[in-house]
Amino acid sequence: MATEKDLLFRALSDPTRRALFERLCRDGPTTVGSLTEGAGVSQPVVSKHLRRLEEAGLVEGRPSGRYTRYRACTAALAPLVDWTRDMAAYWDERLDDLEDLLKRMDQ
Amino acid sequence: MNEKQSVTLQRDLPHPPDKVWRALTQSELMGDWLMESDFRPEVGHLFTFRADWGEVQGEVLEVEPQRRLSYTWHAFALKSVVTFTLTAIDGGTRLEMMQTGFRTDQEQELGGAKAGWAHFLDALAGCLDARASEEGS
Repeated sequence: MATEKDLLFRALSDPTRRALFERLCRDGPTTVGSLTEGAGVSQPVVSKHLRRLEEAGLVEGRPSGRYTRYRACTAALAPLVDWTRDMAAYWDERLDDLEDLLKRMDQ
Repeated sequence: MNEKQSVTLQRDLPHPPDKVWRALTQSELMGDWLMESDFRPEVGHLFTFRADWGEVQGEVLEVEPQRRLSYTWHAFALKSVVTFTLTAIDGGTRLEMMQTGFRTDQEQELGGAKAGWAHFLDALAGCLDARASEEGS
């Protein structure tokens, strides 16, 4: 478990990657080419950073015609910002399952 | 990132407290709705919840049959306490679940990125809220 968390922290510990991720969050899905504009680094470097973000589950690439469009998976980040959001959803589902079980215990 | 936060959920269940209590404390029943574990409702018992996504370590803190159950919940960098409170109501049981805890601070591991990190999380929190309202979730 700790390694997944470490991966997330490591992916975001680099300022260039943070900036790329922040841009995807703010501006929505886009291509590597578009991300390279204004990134201050070359396209292969941007691609490399995107792979690191993808490994951490923070970014998802989807083929769209000739290009791959990248989008931010903000859910991957939510535990770092506010664990209560995650856990409330988690327990809500668990309690649904508990209600199902209680019904079955009657039978 | 070190302040305490909590989650509270409440459900009115059309089942008597003794039955709800069994579902909350018997490991074979817990495996059905929560996670597989070696849980036993004994104060001080150390147990592990196992799921396909990982493990949660716990220690039983309070056992008051059909009324109150509390255990620690340590997973990822989250240290928390989960407490279930059962109240008999007309036609069933009011179940309240509360999880209180905090994220352990990992900023020291980030070295030079520390200053940028706090700012980044603040910015992203706003971004996530905006997204959540856009998606209506």
